[in-house]
Amino acid sequence: MNEHKKIFRWFWVWNFDKEEQWLNSMAQEGWALNHVGLFLYDFVPCAPGEYTIRLEMRNPAPEYLELMAESGAEYVGRFTQWLYFRKRADQGEFDLYSDLDSRMTHLQKVGRLLVLIGCLNLCIGLINTLNTFSFGWINLALASVLFYGLGRIHGKMDALKEKRLLIE
Amino acid sequence: MGENLVLTESTYYILLSLYTPQHGYGIMQQAQQLSGGRVRLAPGTLYGALSALCDKGWIKPLPLSRESRKKEYQLTSQGLLVLKQELARLRQLVENGEAILKEEQV
Repeated sequence: MNEHKKIFRWFWVWNFDKEEQWLNSMAQEGWALNHVGLFLYDFVPCAPGEYTIRLEMRNPAPEYLELMAESGAEYVGRFTQWLYFRKRADQGEFDLYSDLDSRMTHLQKVGRLLVLIGCLNLCIGLINTLNTFSFGWINLALASVLFYGLGRIHGKMDALKEKRLLIE
Repeated sequence: MGENLVLTESTYYILLSLYTPQHGYGIMQQAQQLSGGRVRLAPGTLYGALSALCDKGWIKPLPLSRESRKKEYQLTSQGLLVLKQELARLRQLVENGEAILKEEQV
C-alpha cells in the first residue's frame, strides 16, 4: 500500500504562489506533498483537504524549523532555497506570513535573487557574444526571462504596497 | 529613535510578550491569548521580526540555559522605552476616538 504519485512539473520562481495553489489543489484531491526535487513532486495519498501546503524562500535554520514544528507544521523538504511545509487542516489555519510587511520582505528576497542571477547571465551572455562564442544568446535569453520575472515580482510588491497605504 | 514611531501590531505584541523571557512559540501563544485569539503571528513573520528586533537592540537573545534548550528572548531597556512611547501614542488614539465619538455608544 505504499502508493506514490510522481509528477514532473516546472514553475518559474516568480510563480511560487501558483505552485502553492497547485500543491493545495493536489491536497484537495487527496494527494499530499511528500517530497520535492528537481522539477519533481512526490505525493502520497491523504484524505481530501487533509493538508494545507505552504512554501517560501528561506535558509532552513534549525531554530526556524523547530518553530514551525511547534506550531503544528511538518517540514516536507527543500529544493535549493525553497522550503516546503504542510499542516493538517484540522490543526487550524496555516500561513507563513501574517502581515503585509513580512510578505513584502519575502518578495524582496526573491527579487534580489532574480537580479543576481539575471545580471550574471547578462554579463556572461555579453562576454560570450562579443567573443563571438556562439552560445552567448542562451544567457542573454535567460537574462531576459529572469528580468521579466523580476517585473512580475515587482508587480506583486506594488499590489501589496497599495494595500499598505491604508491598512497594516 | 525620537521621531514618531508607529509599531506594527505584530511588533507591539512581540515586544509586549517579551516583558518576561519567552521562546518563539511562547510568543505566538501569548500574542494570541492577549488579543483574545485575534492576533495570530505566523512563523515566518515572527522569525523575521525577532532577528530585526535583535538588530535594533530592542530585544536580546538569552544565553541557552540547561533547563530550556530553546532560544529565549527578552526585552531590553531600549525596547521597554519604545513600548512605553507606543503605549502613550495608543492611549492618545483611544482618547481622541472616544472624545469625538462619545455620542455614538462605541
